[in-house]
Amino acid sequence: MTATATADIEPTADAFQSIVRLEHVEKFFGAVHALRDVSLAIGRNEIVGLIGDNGAGKSTLIKVMTGVMGPTSGRIFVRDKEVDPADYSVRKAHDLSIETVYQDRSLADKQPLWRNFFVGRQITNRFGFIDIKKEKAIADQILKDVIGFRGVGITVDSTVGNLSGGERQGIAIGRAMHYNADLIVLDEPTAALGVAEVRKVIDFVRRIKASGRACIYIEHNLAHVHEVADRLLVLDRGHIVTEIKPKDMTVNALTEYLIELQHKT
Amino acid sequence: MAQPNPNSIVQRLEGLPIIIVFALMLGLFMYTAPTVFLQPFIYTTFLSTLPPLILLAIGLTFVIGAGEIDLCFPAIIAFSGFVFAVLFKEYNLGWFAIVAALASGILVGFINGVIIAKIGIPSFMTTLATQFFWAGMATVLSGGKSYALRGVEESSVWQVIVGRPFADSETIWIGQLPMEAFWTALIAIFLWFVLKRHRFGEHILFIGDSNDVSRVVGINVDREKIKLFTLMGFLAACAAIMLTLENKNFFGNQGQGYLLTAIASVLIGGTSIFGGRATIIGTIFGCFIIGMIEAGLVASGLTGAWVRTVQGLIFLVSIIFYLYADEPQRRAAFLARFGFTGFGRGKQAG
Repeated sequence: MTATATADIEPTADAFQSIVRLEHVEKFFGAVHALRDVSLAIGRNEIVGLIGDNGAGKSTLIKVMTGVMGPTSGRIFVRDKEVDPADYSVRKAHDLSIETVYQDRSLADKQPLWRNFFVGRQITNRFGFIDIKKEKAIADQILKDVIGFRGVGITVDSTVGNLSGGERQGIAIGRAMHYNADLIVLDEPTAALGVAEVRKVIDFVRRIKASGRACIYIEHNLAHVHEVADRLLVLDRGHIVTEIKPKDMTVNALTEYLIELQHKT
Repeated sequence: MAQPNPNSIVQRLEGLPIIIVFALMLGLFMYTAPTVFLQPFIYTTFLSTLPPLILLAIGLTFVIGAGEIDLCFPAIIAFSGFVFAVLFKEYNLGWFAIVAALASGILVGFINGVIIAKIGIPSFMTTLATQFFWAGMATVLSGGKSYALRGVEESSVWQVIVGRPFADSETIWIGQLPMEAFWTALIAIFLWFVLKRHRFGEHILFIGDSNDVSRVVGINVDREKIKLFTLMGFLAACAAIMLTLENKNFFGNQGQGYLLTAIASVLIGGTSIFGGRATIIGTIFGCFIIGMIEAGLVASGLTGAWVRTVQGLIFLVSIIFYLYADEPQRRAAFLARFGFTGFGRGKQAG
């Protein structure tokens, strides 16, 4: 459906500087000014940490970036080409190889895994009927080869509701990898995870970088994001207030800085 | 942490619990009312009385599976039935009356969908309001009159939609087989495929599971909801046409009795009231159970007053059953109260 609309912005065209660039983006929810004059650019192979207090606008920012909601004003560029905000959607973001893994909203609880892998981009015949056999076979392969769930009793027919938090993150991340995203957005992927499972997620973030992709990593736990990010963007009340290189500032100094930011009015 | 047997037999065979209940009730009525239930005629009667209920309940299976509700369909039955009756009888338009009636149902459903998806009013409120509006509209336009369609069985419309194709058969019950059962079966099979295997059906179940998840995986939730209520309007119009033709009469409140029975059939069948899971096979058996209770109780010697009581009881029991079958936490808490622990997969979820 969006094939013709995206034909001019081929994912394979490789002469671009930044995978996503925002210019002067504003977002209002009624009277609430959620994003104020946000401009940023994400390079093609960097990990950008997005930090800030609750309500700073981190989630709104990535929703605008990934097509879940449109900005009130401002311009969005993908691979240096401007996209029409009215025409920008999750589907279009997928077509442009941008994938998002949300903390708790990436998978539908009562549906089997294989449907969760393909929903939104089903393998169908021309009447829209799903090729279940093919979807299941590919889902099975992702489960075993990409995510590495072997012999733990999880099959493509398992319902998501029966998985642990770490297993769910694994599924969502595996899905993003399968679709060969150039930019993977992680929205607090380690929230509510055990220590061992957090390690796995951090390793995955490193793998994103190693495989030549870009990643936006939103995280509450400063230690986690400090460890892997190339640079950190600090968001406060809808503004990007500063940019920090992790090597210039320790985790403790960063924590102090953020607390101070809260006390300024 | 997931355990090695993710699919119990209950999950693998669609609608299994309700099929068992259906078989048990059928057996019971064969025992209490053998003169009725061991003869073919009660079943051929079901085939002509249940199709409208089944069509409505199948539409509601999609609606409830999407976590929504539609209270407007009785009014669509009145309104589309009126459109059909007046065009067929007063203007002699034949097949065009069918097309117009279907179009009117599709239009009403589409308007419901737009109000729900685009303006964002909960479906319960929207369809409660529109049901008053369209039922009122039907009464105003018809002036409260009923339309008797005398001689309608001569028309090709009647022959094709509710005719008796084997009326010349030697065996009486074969002669009674009605066309509406054939059309209903065709629509039911098609919509079963849509729900299970089509992109639209998958989207409906994801929307019922969570609107939020559906948006982030790229489903156009608004558009699918509009399609959903449009489908319901279409099915209600089909039911209206069948009812009017089968009764050879249109009257303003012919849809009223279907509101609660259709919703009950869907929920008895095993579609989740919270959305996200829906079964058309369950719904069809639910319809047969609702229909069978009436005939069965009366034939067993109880008065008609018992019918609603028993329907209500079965409705309640089945909802509680599915609640505990569906939700591992609730089931675990329930069993723990009776001293069972470590039972199945429920434990770890809490």
